[in-house]
Amino acid sequence: MTPPDANVFSETPLVRRKRREEALAKWIFCAMSALMILPLVLIIGYLFERAWPSLSLGFLLEVPTRGMRAGGVWPAFVGTIYLVFLSLAVSAPIGILAAVYLNEYARDNWLNRLINLAVINLAGVPSIVHALFGLGAFVYAARFGYSIISASLTLAIMTLPVIIASTREALASVPRSFREACWNVGATRWQTIRSVVLPNAISGILTGVILQVSRAAGETAPIMFTGAVFFKAVQKGDLFPYSLHDQCMALSMHLYTLSTQVPDVQESIPFATAVVLLGSVLLVNAAAIALRVYLRSRKKW
Amino acid sequence: MESNSTSPNLAVRKAARPGWALAGERTLEILIHLCGISAILFVLGIFFFVFKEAFPVLGHEKFSLSQFLFSQEWYPTSEVNKRYGVLAMIAGTFSVTALAMVLAVPFGIGGAIYISEFCGAKTKETLKIVVELLAAIPSVVWGFIGLTVMSRLIVKYTGAPVGVNVLNGGIILALMSVPIIVSIGEDALKAVPDSFREAGIALGATRWQLIWRVLLPAAKNGLLAAVLLGVARAVGETMAVLMATGHAVHIPHSLLDSVRTLTANIAAELGEAPVGSDHYRVLFLTGVLLFLITFVVNLAADFMVRGIRKK
Repeated sequence: MTPPDANVFSETPLVRRKRREEALAKWIFCAMSALMILPLVLIIGYLFERAWPSLSLGFLLEVPTRGMRAGGVWPAFVGTIYLVFLSLAVSAPIGILAAVYLNEYARDNWLNRLINLAVINLAGVPSIVHALFGLGAFVYAARFGYSIISASLTLAIMTLPVIIASTREALASVPRSFREACWNVGATRWQTIRSVVLPNAISGILTGVILQVSRAAGETAPIMFTGAVFFKAVQKGDLFPYSLHDQCMALSMHLYTLSTQVPDVQESIPFATAVVLLGSVLLVNAAAIALRVYLRSRKKW
Repeated sequence: MESNSTSPNLAVRKAARPGWALAGERTLEILIHLCGISAILFVLGIFFFVFKEAFPVLGHEKFSLSQFLFSQEWYPTSEVNKRYGVLAMIAGTFSVTALAMVLAVPFGIGGAIYISEFCGAKTKETLKIVVELLAAIPSVVWGFIGLTVMSRLIVKYTGAPVGVNVLNGGIILALMSVPIIVSIGEDALKAVPDSFREAGIALGATRWQLIWRVLLPAAKNGLLAAVLLGVARAVGETMAVLMATGHAVHIPHSLLDSVRTLTANIAAELGEAPVGSDHYRVLFLTGVLLFLITFVVNLAADFMVRGIRKK
């Protein structure tokens, strides 16, 4: 029994223990999150520090010389841009239309459940299996040979789920009442999509496309056996060094080759290549995130 | 056109739009339907083309499927007796993935809990962005980090003769799968209705009690799905393990043994295998095996996620 003068709201040992556990749990989880992020900061810092001697605008614009032991990454950088934009040209229309189908037309039946399952699995197929597929389907069956076309088609199929998922999310965030208002004035389904749904979802779709760019730029395995090569002679400052049936260099592939196959390479060069690749991917990603944050802040509904 | 139609309303509507516009709209809708089912075609296409290249070796008298799956003798270029057993690679994939999950699951779930339950709105946004950026780092950069930074650290602190081994690959894969586990796990926790939280708080539970007694049991399917997707990513990862695990084809006995995974094996040898040879086809067969493994894991994760939505 508590004495009558004791405050009934005073802490009992049980409450104190409970508080202690709460504080402990909070700190443990906070530390876990910090430990998750710390490597990112440390690694980026370390890469930058080691890459510093080679980093300059010239590194980006020079061609590799002396068996890739000196010079820059220009051909690889341009090759990556080629691959990314060609794959984007294929996968963005297909992915956006597929998302329009899934979000606007599909009813809940077995076919659409199957499509959803297929999208999830397409996202989960290992990148090396995509490479095998690209080799079997595009290089041999379609007779494109080892070329930019084969590599970018492989990349396109690999990045399709990214764009489908983000476009669907963007379309789903357009309120249903917008569509109903449009249907009620007699518009058909497609007219509604074109004049109401797509304009309202365009920013989200754009974010998805940008994310896809960053994903495609970083992939190595799918292009390794379908169209990327170790070395390709390119003139300095040449903006269009490759034709579609050529093989090309790519930043990711270049980094892999430099760090595993080329002996006696000056140490800062692979680090600088890694920084260029990481920097481009993270910049593109940050742009997508910034765009999303900005657009969300001025959303009217 | 107008004379055929029985309903006057329809006639008015059709008259308002020219025939080509209607035809165009029809074509476009067909195109949209085609794109919709394209995902199925691509998945089937991937299986078909990879399997097609692998298929001829299955009928070969020198090749047996049980040897492929259960023998650890991988001598694809031997002059006298070529043997294709991938058991050592399966063990390699399994060991690296298991280590990665042991490291990544506590941190991933812990991070998800912190982001979803403990921190404020500003911190939450920031952390989610950082996780997204972490997920965007290309695998070849992770591989490069494993090869240069991590391997030196491992040699320095464990005294191992080589730094590229199970430990290195496991740490790198853990770092790669944490963002997936965090973001999916956070979704799973967010999916728990707020009324559950309110009921707990009304009973005087602290946040930790709430998490332990209410949220974790309620979100357990979603969290399991998050872990499974992390596993799928770790199993399917190629470049990072290719560069960070070394190339020894044998079953690892300790964390400091070098191993080779199924994915790394394909990436390392496909370039050297003559097109159409048994070696080449066995590598495609390994691809089929990988496809099936990730297919099953992804399917399981999807069922878990759907389980919550139904509730």
